[in-house]
Amino acid sequence: MQTAVVILLDGLAYGMVLFIISVGLTVTMGLMRVVNLAHGAFAMAGGYVAAVLVAAGMPFFAALVVGTVAAGLLGGLSEITIFRPLYRKGELAQVLMTFGMVFVTIAGLTFFFGTDIKRLPVPDYLGGLVDIGFRTYPAYRLFLIAVGALLAIGLWYLIEGSLYGARLRAAVDNPRMARAVGIDVNRLFTITFVGGCALAGFGGIIGADMLPLEPFYALRYLVPFLVIVAVGGHGSFKGSFVAAITLGLIDTAGKFLVPSIAPYLFFGLVFVLLLLRPHGLWPAKSAG
Amino acid sequence: MKPLGTPTLADDRVSPLWHAMPWLLALAFYFMGAGYHSLGTNILVYILLTLSLDLALGYAGIITLGHAAFFGFGAYTAALFALHVYSEPVTGLIVATVVTGIFAALTGMLILHTQGVTLLMLTLAISILLAEWANRAHGITGGEDGLRVTMGYVLGLFRFDLWGRVAYLYALAVLFVWFLAAWSIVHSPFGRSLDGIRQNPARMRAVGTPVWWRLVAIYAISGAMAGTAGALSAQTTRFVGLNTLHVLISGIAVVMLVLGGTKRLYGAFIGATIYVVVQDVAAKVNPFYWMFVIGGLLMATVMFLEGGLMEVLDIARRRFRQLFARSRA
Amino acid sequence: MNALEVRGLCKNFGALAVAQSIDLDLAPGARMGLIGPNGAGKTTLINLLTGMLTPDAGTIALNGEAIAGTKPEGRVQRGLVRTHQINTLLTEMNVRDNVAVAVAERDGVAWRMFRFGAQWRACLAEADERLREIGIDSVAGRRVSELPYGQQRLLEIAIALALKPRVLLLDEPAAGVPATESHIIHDVLDRLPKDIAILIIEHDMDVVFRFAREITVLVQGKILTRGIPSAIAANPEVRAVYLGRSVK
Repeated sequence: MQTAVVILLDGLAYGMVLFIISVGLTVTMGLMRVVNLAHGAFAMAGGYVAAVLVAAGMPFFAALVVGTVAAGLLGGLSEITIFRPLYRKGELAQVLMTFGMVFVTIAGLTFFFGTDIKRLPVPDYLGGLVDIGFRTYPAYRLFLIAVGALLAIGLWYLIEGSLYGARLRAAVDNPRMARAVGIDVNRLFTITFVGGCALAGFGGIIGADMLPLEPFYALRYLVPFLVIVAVGGHGSFKGSFVAAITLGLIDTAGKFLVPSIAPYLFFGLVFVLLLLRPHGLWPAKSAG
Repeated sequence: MKPLGTPTLADDRVSPLWHAMPWLLALAFYFMGAGYHSLGTNILVYILLTLSLDLALGYAGIITLGHAAFFGFGAYTAALFALHVYSEPVTGLIVATVVTGIFAALTGMLILHTQGVTLLMLTLAISILLAEWANRAHGITGGEDGLRVTMGYVLGLFRFDLWGRVAYLYALAVLFVWFLAAWSIVHSPFGRSLDGIRQNPARMRAVGTPVWWRLVAIYAISGAMAGTAGALSAQTTRFVGLNTLHVLISGIAVVMLVLGGTKRLYGAFIGATIYVVVQDVAAKVNPFYWMFVIGGLLMATVMFLEGGLMEVLDIARRRFRQLFARSRA
Repeated sequence: MNALEVRGLCKNFGALAVAQSIDLDLAPGARMGLIGPNGAGKTTLINLLTGMLTPDAGTIALNGEAIAGTKPEGRVQRGLVRTHQINTLLTEMNVRDNVAVAVAERDGVAWRMFRFGAQWRACLAEADERLREIGIDSVAGRRVSELPYGQQRLLEIAIALALKPRVLLLDEPAAGVPATESHIIHDVLDRLPKDIAILIIEHDMDVVFRFAREITVLVQGKILTRGIPSAIAANPEVRAVYLGRSVK
């Protein structure tokens, strides 16, 4: 029973981090139909910027803001210089370009920071253990779950309730029609891409506890991020949330309960899910 | 007489001399490349791997990051065959090729009804699952330590010498045979139908093509070819390890293919050579320097040189011909 | 025996009925026009016939053989061929190859990987012939992406004919072709082989009335009426559907 609660909480925390990082990817891949294997690089960028600032003495939350903004700006820059020409070049070109970006990022970060894990210490008031009844549990993980849930609710309101969200959903469902009714789809792309990268950076910073920052980050977590998008369904906010939480729970449960077959379990499940639902659990309406 | 049709390779209009060149260079290397034969063999193995990916990805449009599965499968099969059944290399090579081809056909049948990111994920999933199994099954695969193999005489006649000269010729011969097969496939009606599937699957269905079966067929052939590359690697280095199944191999194969140019069989020669040389040289400077160079090259190629470096060669060759024609006029 | 016989074909997308109990007969050599307002379900019907969509109910028989369970490629091999409303061509290949690939598929040559020289050349020769019949043999060696739209439309038809169809479904063959070039398409339609059963979807009433010997009117997935062109033209219900006025 105790183990079950710990698995639940750990899995939720992990899932929340994955969600925060991946939701941007789901939306941009669904919206812009661009395959972006380098999404993890933006999460990483935010994380490293914040880590450097915290090491230089900046308070955690200030570094969090700066890191998030930095990731967003980097995203905007990339969208203009790298991704715009890629829209019309097709899937293969996008896979290759972003794959190249991953390599360059890994090499660059290794050059500046070496291969060790870059520590991002959490502030004291968030660290430490909390008594949850029958045992103590890291407060930071509870913080992660809370942040994730709040963010999910906030994003939900944004996407379902706001004008921006309505335009976004329209453009995801049918870009041609959206243009025809006057939605500036290109500007929507850029704003969304920047937002998605900023979210990734945010996730990279607060999630540094569970997804340690090191140069191979973008490659190491590439598969989970893509799995969330593929299983959840391109452009589906709900899908990415469900997929991320499920993934987090299953992966954590697997590592706790059946560590010898955990990877089989995870990838086997992904395999079966994708075979049964090639377009994801919540496929985009204009898919297939 | 060469069959007519849209040149799938600009090389179709090229004189036999240009065709012979890569092979002559490779042979010349045999005689002149003392001390570097194992590097040369490595290049040949990677050329074969890249060729296999060109068939699946360049021509048929199957976007995959899972070819390491076939490379490693072939490598381990060849090693295990030599260790437990019969150590003559050619036999082991054929067995590894066929078995890997069957594996590729089976996995292809499972996943080739999907496309895009989903297909990419599935190819990755298979590759990772296989690597995971190999890691755990150390009774069979040697796990982290890998397997050491001693090979018998090639065809019972030629011993693999310590300098790797025989291994080099062996690999070159195998590459040549597969190259001929690939050349035929690519120019054949089968190859053209695959090109059609890549360009517009709906159109091919509308002319009655059994798309899924065609894709499975080329995936199986491509997988078999990658399996041969893996087997060659195991036999010539007399070692096979978990790195042969690692996702990085799939990524490297894609990089080599793009650098050289997709749909350009000779592009594989260029791409593989560049990669291996860069990796060898750059790794001595800094273990991660090669990643930077390769990543940068990849990005630059996609951005500016859609035809890969073969396109540069094409331009060079055209200029050369113009110069030549002008000087004769 | 009818070349194509459809009985009770139904298809629903959720609550939306896109095909309601459709019956259709095409005798060999038939020339049937299919008209109806936008969204009536005309292209959906073609997709149901070719197998791209699975019907919820109903039967389809091609030359007496039930094909409701046959895969799309199987139907093509049995002689049911379509053209597309929007050009669906192999844009990186040249014009001749687009047709040759179809011929190769039809003749079973498309599986050959080795020793294919003679067979492929035969496909190319036949492709040239088809292009000559349609009148675009002058651009046989040009890349499809370089062709003007009208010639691409003709290529669509040439490929369909190369498959030696028994039933041909033409989905708006003149769509998108500038008025100055559409007479070329009309000529080609006139010259289509007499033994093929043809169903043509068109919005251009001149084309339909000139080409069709029988017209079916489809509205909201249901057949409103059917008859010879003059009767359809005079039918007040048909006029109302197109003009949006109720019948008095």
